[in-house]
Amino acid sequence: MSFQEKRNLVSLLSNLLISIIYFVYVIQNYVSGSLTDITDFRFWGAVILILIPVQIVGKIILHIIFTIINKIITNEDEPSFSDELDKLIELKAARNSLILFMIGFVISMASLVIGMPIALMFIILILSLISSEVIWDVSHLYLYRKGF
Amino acid sequence: MFHISIYIEKDFKMGKYIINNNIRKFRFNNGEMTQQQLAEKAGVTRQTIVSMEKGKYSPSLELAFRIAQVFNVSLDELFSYDLKDNSN
Repeated sequence: MSFQEKRNLVSLLSNLLISIIYFVYVIQNYVSGSLTDITDFRFWGAVILILIPVQIVGKIILHIIFTIINKIITNEDEPSFSDELDKLIELKAARNSLILFMIGFVISMASLVIGMPIALMFIILILSLISSEVIWDVSHLYLYRKGF
Repeated sequence: MFHISIYIEKDFKMGKYIINNNIRKFRFNNGEMTQQQLAEKAGVTRQTIVSMEKGKYSPSLELAFRIAQVFNVSLDELFSYDLKDNSN
């Protein structure tokens, strides 16, 4: 497995891990009762806004740990630049990720139109945000493995 | 002749052609150059060389020229545009 594949696998796992830990923490500490009953916009705004820096910082820390462990085990350095293959894969992954987020956004708006609770709209938005991150990493992995 | 050109055009449209390369052979003939050494000389990552050798990635024209320059050969010695082998 190449460095790029390993890096994306770590990114995928860290995305899932950070999201799960974050939401378990939020639900345990700030939610009493059902998640869909929460109509406080400040709560949902804070959940989304705090998730972003938590994801960024968590991913940076896990990436540093991965790079150190990988260097110790394989003595392989991280590529210092992105070449044309990396850029092409990044473009395709960004396209897939954006398409998924847009689908999630449209579904969240549709949930409002058909009279579903406000909380459901935010839950769908958060899920599409996390799914788009996951698809970003899965697309990278798939394209590095399969080629095009 | 007319029929052949129609068939070729049809094959082009159906994507039956593939770009093959002899990078592995030229690496071997150049003092068993490693993929990493070739990557450094061509200005790409090793992953790109691996993908090209496996036939998973067709390089840009610029990269094709850079690799040809590394081996000091012409493009058509390094790359060929062939019909896909459907037996695999």
